[in-house]
Amino acid sequence: MTEHENTALRWIPLLPLIAAALSGAWLVFGRRALPRVAVIALACGAPIASFAIAVVQVFKLALETALPPDAPYYSDNLYTWISAGDFHAELAFLLDPLSAVMVLVVTGVGSLIHIYSVGYMDDDHREDRGFQRFFAYLNLFTFSMLMLILGDNLLVMFVGWEGVGVCSYLLIGFWYLDDANAAAGQKAFVVNRIGDFGFLLGIFLLFWSFAQAGLPTVEFREMSANVGLLAERTVALPGWLSFLPGFPTWGLLTLACLCLFVGACGKSAQIPLYVWLPDAMAGPTPVSALIHAATMVTAGVYMVCRMSFAYSLAPGAQATVAWTGALTAFFAATIGLAQTDIKKVLAYSTVSQLGYMFLAAGVAAYSAAIFHVMTHAFFKALLFLGAGSVILGMHHQQDITKMGGLRRRMPVTWATFLVGVIAIAGVPPFSGFFSKDEILLAANQAHAIPGHQALWAIGMATAFLTAFYMFRLYFLVWSGESRADHHTQASIHESGKWVLVPLCVLALFSVIGGFFGLPDAYGDLFGVQRSNSLHHFLQPVVHSAEHEISHATEFRLAALTTCVGLAGIALATVMYFWRRDLAAKLAAAIRPLYALVRDKYRIDELYDAAIVRPLRALSSSLLSRGVDQGLIDGLAVNGTAKLVRASADGALKYLQSGFAQSYLVAMLLGGVLLVAWLVRGS
Amino acid sequence: MGDVLPFHFQVVAALIFAIGALGVMLRRNMIVMFMSIELMLNAANLSLVAFSREIGNDQGQILAFIVMVVAAVEVAVGLAIIISLVRNRDTVNIEDTSQMKW
Amino acid sequence: MRTALFWIFSVMAVGSALGVVGSLRSPINSALSLVLSMLALAGLYVLLEAQFVGLIQVMVYAGAIVVLFLFVIMLLNLRGSGAGSAESRPIGKAAGAVVAVGAVLWLVRRLAASRAPWPEVDPTYGTTRAIGEALYTDYVLSVQVAGVLLLAGIIAAVVLAKKKID
Repeated sequence: MTEHENTALRWIPLLPLIAAALSGAWLVFGRRALPRVAVIALACGAPIASFAIAVVQVFKLALETALPPDAPYYSDNLYTWISAGDFHAELAFLLDPLSAVMVLVVTGVGSLIHIYSVGYMDDDHREDRGFQRFFAYLNLFTFSMLMLILGDNLLVMFVGWEGVGVCSYLLIGFWYLDDANAAAGQKAFVVNRIGDFGFLLGIFLLFWSFAQAGLPTVEFREMSANVGLLAERTVALPGWLSFLPGFPTWGLLTLACLCLFVGACGKSAQIPLYVWLPDAMAGPTPVSALIHAATMVTAGVYMVCRMSFAYSLAPGAQATVAWTGALTAFFAATIGLAQTDIKKVLAYSTVSQLGYMFLAAGVAAYSAAIFHVMTHAFFKALLFLGAGSVILGMHHQQDITKMGGLRRRMPVTWATFLVGVIAIAGVPPFSGFFSKDEILLAANQAHAIPGHQALWAIGMATAFLTAFYMFRLYFLVWSGESRADHHTQASIHESGKWVLVPLCVLALFSVIGGFFGLPDAYGDLFGVQRSNSLHHFLQPVVHSAEHEISHATEFRLAALTTCVGLAGIALATVMYFWRRDLAAKLAAAIRPLYALVRDKYRIDELYDAAIVRPLRALSSSLLSRGVDQGLIDGLAVNGTAKLVRASADGALKYLQSGFAQSYLVAMLLGGVLLVAWLVRGS
Repeated sequence: MGDVLPFHFQVVAALIFAIGALGVMLRRNMIVMFMSIELMLNAANLSLVAFSREIGNDQGQILAFIVMVVAAVEVAVGLAIIISLVRNRDTVNIEDTSQMKW
Repeated sequence: MRTALFWIFSVMAVGSALGVVGSLRSPINSALSLVLSMLALAGLYVLLEAQFVGLIQVMVYAGAIVVLFLFVIMLLNLRGSGAGSAESRPIGKAAGAVVAVGAVLWLVRRLAASRAPWPEVDPTYGTTRAIGEALYTDYVLSVQVAGVLLLAGIIAAVVLAKKKID
């Protein structure tokens, strides 16, 4: 197996870890903060170095002929972490096509965002340690994400999974002195944990099943090769679950995949665990860009694709994934229509686009899902960073109703933002078009999933809405007359180079990124064979479903998608560029509905009333007062003390009477009893 | 030894032991209590020697000898203690020495 | 003959034991009763062919220990009986008495069941020579320890009993 070994892999996650540890340790033990230059060097140097190493290794992977074509991977085993009987779990990394794509996206986009953050957080001069703390957390996050992606078994992935959750909490609540930020961080963490519970159940179930079949392992390659052992196994459902479809038995893999999907819902903000993502906008904008757009939230998609070998054998789980994704996409898009905070619009847009990715994964178009992860990382990070630039320029104003006419004042940001908006709307030949179209095509052709035509229709409707609300955002922010007050207007300025350079790089990739996955049909037009390089690169690992479809049908569907997108743009232009009064009139006409949508359907309030409050009440009245104070404190701790005291003070002390003769009587009595006992029976 | 059986000696020893025990429990004069303790020791010695004769070897007698030595030492030290006590409290009544109590 | 001697010595021993405990006059009476008891026991030892032990009983117990008792009684100038302050905890004492008597009765009843006879022993049984040989060969360690114990006892007695030196 030596041609698969590659000890350079470990440095990809290790470098950010070292950077984080160094700056973190200096914060804890050092008296003053490090000089800015050192912080910047550590903070940006580590992810860039990781990116460089990753690029080299991925190229080796792609071009290396020594690797067998059906098993193209590199692995790097650090040490055996757990060894219990037959079960071994190593701390090992796996670089195969799937993790290669993700690694490049994470380190590449991540590096750009680190660079951007230098410019963005620069005005955080309140406490210089804040600057250092931010980059320590950011590097820690990058390390965790890379562990997640590069892990070669479920346990290492879970370590990274939890790590990104923790870093998300730390970074959302970065300006922790404001209670609302801390609460947002806590909400993110708690909702994530709910998902993690499902994830753990899935891991346990898979491990237990494989162990019963004689192969105790959680390593991806081993599980993938041996998944046939579990293909026919079923679990019997208890009687009270008779309302579930497929009762009385479920496939074992279906159950496991559903449990894992719960985890993905939590991490990637799908229904019903999406509620933390909009609140997470309380964190600094680079955090929103990195974690809640480009990387952490895609961990769920990555996990499903990584476990594609199991999902392909669990049609029930696949249908659940696809439908959840589609419904989330539509649902979040509707909420995005009525939001007035620039970051909230982008947050709901992220939830919606993540829905697309799960829709793709559900219809077994795994490479399409990863393709969308990649393009989404480009344009969503671009949009968020651009929004951050706007926020900086408007002196921390985030309400789009108070913006407008910024085009002339912030030209570079405007141009890159426009590129991002066009990309997300799915206008060819920008990257968003190709990835979204591939997903919709797969949904249209996924005859195995019940109601797949409906899925396709929902996807199309969402594409319309996406184009509409994104251009609404664009027009409200950039065109027309400025609606800000005079003081702010006077000081609107373009951001510095640290901010603009990453924006330009991301804009470039938003334009050309689509060509990594140019569908074969288009490539044929230009005489290029197998132009969908991404799909063919990933196929040995994820085994996406392949569709037999004529080029004509493909082009027809693509044209339909484009028209839908353009229609959305057109409507937004009408309502927010030509006849601005239309929007207000429409909102007034459907006021109750509009209010409901703007208040995000009051889902948060529903959760609060139905779950949070009862739980809190139960906790404080029953558990805190009853069990903890009453039972444990009162009975066990204080009660024991009182018992000892009572028995000693009330009874035992009288034994020590001071009278020698009483003692003698006792001794005699004891002696007699002892002797009697010893001679009994003889 | 005629019709004196071994167990007769044990009975005598038990009686003397019981009398000594009663004396320790019921008398309040420290000296008399101490003498009762000596009675108990003697009773034990008698029992030992009688058993030794009944078995036929001399181990019991050796032990009785050692017990006697220990008893001698004990009496010496014990009486010294009693002397100190009586000198300090001017009473030979054991119930006047019950200060070590709760 | 031996039976008679046994009965005489036994009665003497038990009777003088009662005298030790039950003498309500001066402690001197108790001490003298104790001497009598010791002598009776010495007689019983001789009946049991334990000549050496009987000898030692007279020399050590009757001749030294009880003498020590008498010295202390006279040193402390004790008069009268132990009747002084009101008797306390009578219930405990009564219970103890009951237990002691009951234990003896029970023991007697148990012992009465065995009717083992006397084994034969050779004439050197219990002689000073025989005991001495055993002491200085098999049990020499005990003898040495007993000696050390005696030394310790002497020193302790001297230290405890002396008056303070100002």
